[in-house]
Amino acid sequence: MGNKKIIYKGAEAEIYVSDYMGFDVIEKRRIPKSYRIKHIDNRLISMRTKEESKLITEARLYGVSVPIIYDVDLDDAVITMEYLKGKRVKDILNDLSEKERQDLCRKIGESIAKFHNNDIIHGDITTSNMILLDDRVHFIDFGLGEKNGEIEAKGVDLHVLMEAIESTHSKYSNCFEYVLEGYKNALKDDANLVIKKIQDIVKRGRYR
Amino acid sequence: MICLGIEGTAHSIGVGIVEEVNHKCKVLSNVIKSYRPETGGIHPREAANHHAGIIADVIKESVEKSQVDFADVDLVSFSRGPGLGPCLRTAATAARALSLSLDKPIMGVNHCVAHLEIGSGTLDGCRDPVLLYTSGANTQVIAFAEGRYRVFGETLDIGIGNCLDKFGRTVGLDFPCGPKIEELAKKGDGYLELPYSIKGMDIAFSGLLTAAEQYYKNDEKLEDICYSIQETTFAALTEVTERAMAHMEKDEVLLGGGVASNKRLQDMVKIMAYERGASFYVPSKDLCIDNGAMIAWLGVLMYNSGIRMKVENSFIDQRFRTDMVDVTWRG
Repeated sequence: MGNKKIIYKGAEAEIYVSDYMGFDVIEKRRIPKSYRIKHIDNRLISMRTKEESKLITEARLYGVSVPIIYDVDLDDAVITMEYLKGKRVKDILNDLSEKERQDLCRKIGESIAKFHNNDIIHGDITTSNMILLDDRVHFIDFGLGEKNGEIEAKGVDLHVLMEAIESTHSKYSNCFEYVLEGYKNALKDDANLVIKKIQDIVKRGRYR
Repeated sequence: MICLGIEGTAHSIGVGIVEEVNHKCKVLSNVIKSYRPETGGIHPREAANHHAGIIADVIKESVEKSQVDFADVDLVSFSRGPGLGPCLRTAATAARALSLSLDKPIMGVNHCVAHLEIGSGTLDGCRDPVLLYTSGANTQVIAFAEGRYRVFGETLDIGIGNCLDKFGRTVGLDFPCGPKIEELAKKGDGYLELPYSIKGMDIAFSGLLTAAEQYYKNDEKLEDICYSIQETTFAALTEVTERAMAHMEKDEVLLGGGVASNKRLQDMVKIMAYERGASFYVPSKDLCIDNGAMIAWLGVLMYNSGIRMKVENSFIDQRFRTDMVDVTWRG
């Protein structure tokens, strides 16, 4: 391990750039939170580190663009993975032309369908967790994910993205429609069942 | 400008009078009366009857305490929503009557936005916070983005206060159960595993509620269950708040709503803020719970930014969502 440099401090993890056998890598280090009791802290950190590395590795098998996992250290809750030197979709989406935005969102929808086809739930699909590199949308941060084949779980997964688009890209909220177009194209099962479920989830919320 | 605000979204009827001094909110009076059901939860009609019976006296009391005359009031505002229809109508009717009899303008405001603005209005340094708004019915993480207060995370099922009340009712505590659960939790120390459900920045409590009730049926110590409920739900609330702060790159956090007066929740959010170098704000208790002063203050902000409302258009809106409000008063 060479010199480490922190490049991002998220809500639950610190992201360092480091090197691993000559590769530029990211070290994602989950940090203990002293606001919560040790029992909950340990449980969340170890569960998420394990789950994230498992799901990323599996998603790769199904053709989803994700970083390569090099190493997982469960004791220190560190995942060492490929450094994707691309741009966060959050930062570029608002600046694209309508056509580019439509293409990108369709691709996002197709990728989500690819992991949903294999019952992988991401758990936090937001535009902050997508990196555009070499014309491909890479998904990161599967820490809140799980394996789950239920339509409910897939609906909740897409609902998170819908809300993220509404709040962070409110001027372009039609983006979610484009995502669903791509999703419909690539989902093996009937995507309308999932889309119907999203509407149910919205209605369940307060004051809808 | 002096504004009289009437709050009546749920079990409380409140009348507050505020004065704008150098763009800050000076609370002159803030009288709150709450409906307490003898058994069970709040029946909307009974709560509204309670409010209707005392609203005139609450207005009088608030004006007396504020030491201003009715003639000094420049604006009358009321909670337009979201909330229980009968309660909203009672508060709105009182506001209309007052507006017409004083011949002063009226303003209907969003209750959730008022919880946020009273923090910025009364606390020094609180300018652009992420608000963790936790009450009986509402659980939302709100921040300003692209011209509106956006809801970044919220409950997918029931509000946290509702969750605490429902558990409390199952085990025989009186409404409101939050403060009693807080007391019991202090005596608990054995953590019982409970579902921790966050989805992105959203959160869900119904699974946890069922599991907690099951522990009670299995004769686990009530103190330990209360401790475990608080530790689990508050950790999840703190986490989604931190996620919103990281996502929005904001470095202020504000608490609001009745559950915000819980010391353990305050402590957790305070520690979270400290560890990420952010500032922590919580208004005094009577400005955290549902109150008229916050309604009055939002009325001032809206009026000063040029918004006008006519009495004939002063409808209530039971489903008035936070992100429906055009925030014209912020740059």
